[in-house]
Amino acid sequence: MSKFTPRIIAFYCSNCASSAATVSEGMKKALPDNVKMVHVPCSGRVEILHLLKPFEEGADGVYVAGCQTDSCQYVSGISKATRRVAHVKGMLEAMGIEPERIEVFNLGAGKGGAFVDIALEMTEKLRALGPVMPA
Amino acid sequence: MSEYKSGSNLEKVLRSGHFAFTGECGPPQGANVEHLREKARHLKGCVDAVNVTDNQTAVVRMSSWAASLILMEEGLEPNFQMVCRDRNRLAIQSDIIGAYSLGIRNMLCLSGDHQSFGNHPDAKNVFDIDSMQLIHTVRKMRDEGKFLNDQDMDVPPRMFVGAASNPFAEPFDFRVYRLAKKIEAGADFIQTQCIYNMDRFREFMKRAVDMGLHEKAYILAGVTPMKSVGMALYMAKQVPGMDVPDSLIKRLRGAGKGKVAEEGIKFSLEQIEAFMEMEGVAGVHYMAIEWEHKVPEIAERAGVLPRPTV
Amino acid sequence: MIVAKQKTIQELIEMVQPFQKVLVAGCKGCVTVCNVGGAKEVAILASALRIAAKREGRELMVGEHTLERQCDPEYVAELEGFVDDYEAVISIACGVGPQFISEQYPSIRVFPGVNTQFMGGAEAHGVWSERCAGCGTCVVHYFGGLCPIARCSKSLLNGPCGGSDSGKCEISKEVDCIWDIIVRRMMDQNRLSELIEFKPPKSWTTARDGGPRKMIREELVE
Repeated sequence: MSKFTPRIIAFYCSNCASSAATVSEGMKKALPDNVKMVHVPCSGRVEILHLLKPFEEGADGVYVAGCQTDSCQYVSGISKATRRVAHVKGMLEAMGIEPERIEVFNLGAGKGGAFVDIALEMTEKLRALGPVMPA
Repeated sequence: MSEYKSGSNLEKVLRSGHFAFTGECGPPQGANVEHLREKARHLKGCVDAVNVTDNQTAVVRMSSWAASLILMEEGLEPNFQMVCRDRNRLAIQSDIIGAYSLGIRNMLCLSGDHQSFGNHPDAKNVFDIDSMQLIHTVRKMRDEGKFLNDQDMDVPPRMFVGAASNPFAEPFDFRVYRLAKKIEAGADFIQTQCIYNMDRFREFMKRAVDMGLHEKAYILAGVTPMKSVGMALYMAKQVPGMDVPDSLIKRLRGAGKGKVAEEGIKFSLEQIEAFMEMEGVAGVHYMAIEWEHKVPEIAERAGVLPRPTV
Repeated sequence: MIVAKQKTIQELIEMVQPFQKVLVAGCKGCVTVCNVGGAKEVAILASALRIAAKREGRELMVGEHTLERQCDPEYVAELEGFVDDYEAVISIACGVGPQFISEQYPSIRVFPGVNTQFMGGAEAHGVWSERCAGCGTCVVHYFGGLCPIARCSKSLLNGPCGGSDSGKCEISKEVDCIWDIIVRRMMDQNRLSELIEFKPPKSWTTARDGGPRKMIREELVE
């Protein structure tokens, strides 16, 4: 189990999470290689299908990193993303897949540490869950 | 006095100007005929007629016409209730004829509680016609000797037609017009929803009297004694269209342990006294739910005994 | 529009369990508007079916196609040529869709992917409610432009019943008492006298009670 490295797709909001990424670079902290980052103009742009496709293509987990609920550049983007993630959790559960494989995180532009921490947190959690698909 | 419409005891009592006193009896959830007879016996001699509910709150019970017949065997006059929820116009008309043919002379026309309240929420409802149209149907059958399709019938059923009125449901301003509409459609007598808010009922009756409705139909005020504070709270919060003033709940609470039921009865007796004095009120419909054995004592204390024979 | 609701994913997965090739067929009509059966939802359902199959280690080929409309044979004909590649079709149109597909392609197994709810509209984004019961004889003009047949729980024509409470129906606080609204509107329009008029029993011959309905307009028949 410890050998297993989960493949993760992370949707990052360009407004806050990406700034956090820049900050983290300054801190010389980098995302682990197993996390593939997808920049989106706003977390509200992430649709249900975007959240499902990675699983179809072999990802073990997905997360959305967006703004704090009160500081979304487009007002309701992050709350939309939160509701969609909740919806997909329900779908995964219905398919017999652990709903914890998908999460949403609220970042702030200055939080470079958190930017990397959530990637590590997800990696650890998914490592414990194991691969989503049978070998 | 012209000829009676149905010749029922209730009609005769009301027509002769007596203050009517009617009771209520829910049929059993099964064929427990003995229990029904026992409940009925308590009411004998205390009331002018007994309402027999029709799958009340959408819970399946012995059919109201069958329970009505059993009450008749016990020497009581039934007021056969019929709801529109469970029958289409064919079943409605045939049941009216059937009930009349077996000796039933009073009938209360209701829409019926929605089946989602009851014990068969998966049921399909009917509501082919509504309570207003049911009133119209019974009158048409009686007075014109015709079915709803205008076809003549051989011997028309001659029912004394009742309807319900809820003075407290919203929109309040329309309620008295709806009462007028029911009377216009053919209601000979009205039994109201249980009254707790006397001020509001007084206001309602004033409007009804101003419109002369009390001269076109007999209005019986609905009374249900509160058995407990819990019941009062339930009525206040859970039963749609029920108006229970805080002052009453307070009064019941203040009665002290073991004395709440007596306080509830006392309140109902005060109500009856008030209704006897209230212009336009022709009687009281006393609904002592599963408290039939208390009715003789209550009737006695209310001073409505003995019941008149007309 | 006709408003529908997706069946649960579990139900759909179980429905097509025995098949290896499944087509998800959407419709660009009403169900697209109510976000349940358009191209977007076709893609989501197809993806979910693929994920579920993969998870179970099952072979499953899922096709996606969204028809212009599933209630017209000429559009259902869009499936010609490739529908035979599949063992089953999940139609996520209203209840009309799976039937039109079944009628046109009698040998294929067709499954309904949605539960058709009612004829209604959107009260707000994501909220729909019923407006029409399709009784075949519209009477809304008698009731302030509102329909008591579709919107009163008891379809009362001479309402409101005694269960009306604070503008809500006795069956649920989520349901408006349409009669409360009708009464207020008619009073506002000074039409109380019309409301007091007795409305006789309705003829249900034009409704579903008269049997399955069919309409022929001679001037349009070719």
